Amino acid sequence: MAEPVLEISDLRKSFGALKATDGVSLTLLPGEIHALIGPNGAGKSTLIHQISGSLKPDSGSIRFLGRDVGGLDMAGRARLGLGRSFQISSLMPEFSALRNVMLAVQARQGSSFRFLRPVTSDAGLTEPAMAMLERVGLAGRAGVPAAELSHGERRQLEIAVALALGPKAFLFDEPMAGMGPEGSRALTKFLDDLRREAPILLVEHDMEAVFALADRISVLVYGRIVATGTADDIRNDPEVRRAYLGETA
Amino acid sequence: MTRETAVNTGLALLLVAFPLAAQAMGEPFYITLATRAAILALAAVGLNVALGLGGLVSFGHAAFFGLGGYAAGILSTHAFNAEPLFLGFEGTASMPWIWLVAAVLCGLVALPIGAISLRTAGVYFIMITLAFAQMIYYFAVSWPAYGGEDGLSIFVRDTFPGVNTALPLPFFLICYALLLGGLALFWLLRGSRFGAALEGARQNPVRLAAVGIAPFGIRLTAFVVSAMVTGVAGALFADLNKFVSPSMLSWQMSGELIVLIILGGKGRLFGPVAGAMLYVLIEYVLGGITERWQFFLGLVLLMVVLFARGGLLGLLAGKARHG
Ligand SMILES: Nc1ncnc2c1ncn2[C@@H]1O[C@H](COP(=O)(O)OP(=O)(O)OP(=O)(O)O)[C@@H](O)[C@H]1O
Ligand SMILES: [Mg+2]
Repeated sequence: MAEPVLEISDLRKSFGALKATDGVSLTLLPGEIHALIGPNGAGKSTLIHQISGSLKPDSGSIRFLGRDVGGLDMAGRARLGLGRSFQISSLMPEFSALRNVMLAVQARQGSSFRFLRPVTSDAGLTEPAMAMLERVGLAGRAGVPAAELSHGERRQLEIAVALALGPKAFLFDEPMAGMGPEGSRALTKFLDDLRREAPILLVEHDMEAVFALADRISVLVYGRIVATGTADDIRNDPEVRRAYLGETA
Repeated sequence: MTRETAVNTGLALLLVAFPLAAQAMGEPFYITLATRAAILALAAVGLNVALGLGGLVSFGHAAFFGLGGYAAGILSTHAFNAEPLFLGFEGTASMPWIWLVAAVLCGLVALPIGAISLRTAGVYFIMITLAFAQMIYYFAVSWPAYGGEDGLSIFVRDTFPGVNTALPLPFFLICYALLLGGLALFWLLRGSRFGAALEGARQNPVRLAAVGIAPFGIRLTAFVVSAMVTGVAGALFADLNKFVSPSMLSWQMSGELIVLIILGGKGRLFGPVAGAMLYVLIEYVLGGITERWQFFLGLVLLMVVLFARGGLLGLLAGKARHG
């Protein structure tokens, strides 16, 4: 078996008495989409926050590219190659779509302490950024401030920003949320191809997309992973049916 | 030319035309008013880097304004009295050297203040910057060597090679040139990669970190640059008044600088210029009529905050646009 890109071992995080992450272990293998599903409040976003570094776990370890990243802050992990999107779009509201992506390109080039040259005429930033917008189908809206984009467009922009980082792994927290059936289908197709660039840890409520995309699925309930397996395994797992799919699947 | 560029050009020309006209009419007092506006504008341009671009509401920038002032006062007093400051160095009355010392001194002081203050955010940041400035204020008040509470006089205005700085108009032109320099620096910074990161840190620091840029270093750099510019303005202010006192370090001064920016339009290139011109105008016109002119300034400020969030620049040039 190939070395995992991301390896989480026995991660724990409590908010007071609430065990939001209760001994979670999982891996993300090269080339795969590993979906993380579970009911509302199961702790999916909390897990993503801990992996990306915006939340500190109480215990457990996170290894990325063979290296323990527990001591790195969010920016440090992003520079190592963890590209994330947020459940609730998190963008630079005043910047245009293009400038949002340009900032990610600039970060990837590791060059934010340059004080003189104007960015708007810097082809080293604008061209790659425009290419990313084209990939997610947002090129026509490049000049529009993020705050004025539609909900679906903001979701697309989140993806473009993550792409621009050229990450070694993607962490996507409900990228399809509120996108509408057409948008979801387009994004499903997009993610299907994207796994060849870097593996994806995908938190998603859209079961159609999850079952279509995921190489493996982990089911999180009350902070614990109750099952991990292929789509078929998960569909037929009695505990999952009881705890999560509510016998309706 | 965009509308904002036109407004900016108009303001820049107005600010230089006014003292030229005053000179022609033999009214040097008005030159002094314009000089005051230019210097306050430069101080606010400095603050605008931190506050406008970075969203860092420093309520302690008087510390840097005052330190710049004391740098000028102390260096020129030693030069005047031929009294060694340290290691036989007798100070200097040369403005470029004074500005350099003011800028470096403010940068060095801003580094630890920023490094500590930037661990906090929001109202705590406001309070901690105020606290640092108050510490420096009380230090100046209680330090008798340089006048303590009474302040320190500069007997002869400091010099600039090839310029008679004792005359109001040449001194104004020096201040005006430095203001333009400060504006150029602000413009370059804002458009650069650093500026993009800094504005990102203001809009959404979590997102900035998620793309791999830690907001702290960006903000600290901005805070230091901001302090340096304000410090140079402080040195000019001391030379304008030929006097420096702890009032330059006071929290009222810090508040005044914030007011200038809010009046003019925060984050806008010429916001501090418009703000300072309006401020000096209100101070002069209403100050001549009533001692309670600050009351009317308060009213104007209230109107701006309630009805014209973008300040004067917002009114004249419309909403700010990012490329
Ligand atoms: N900062 C916090 N402080 C206290 N409790 C929190 C905090 N963040 C999350 N929680 C709680 O932890 C639990 C897990 O939340 P989390 O957001 O990770 O769930 P989720 O699986 O992402 O849910 P959803 O599907 O609704 O997005 C919830 O009960 C939530 O209320
Ligand atoms: Mg969530």
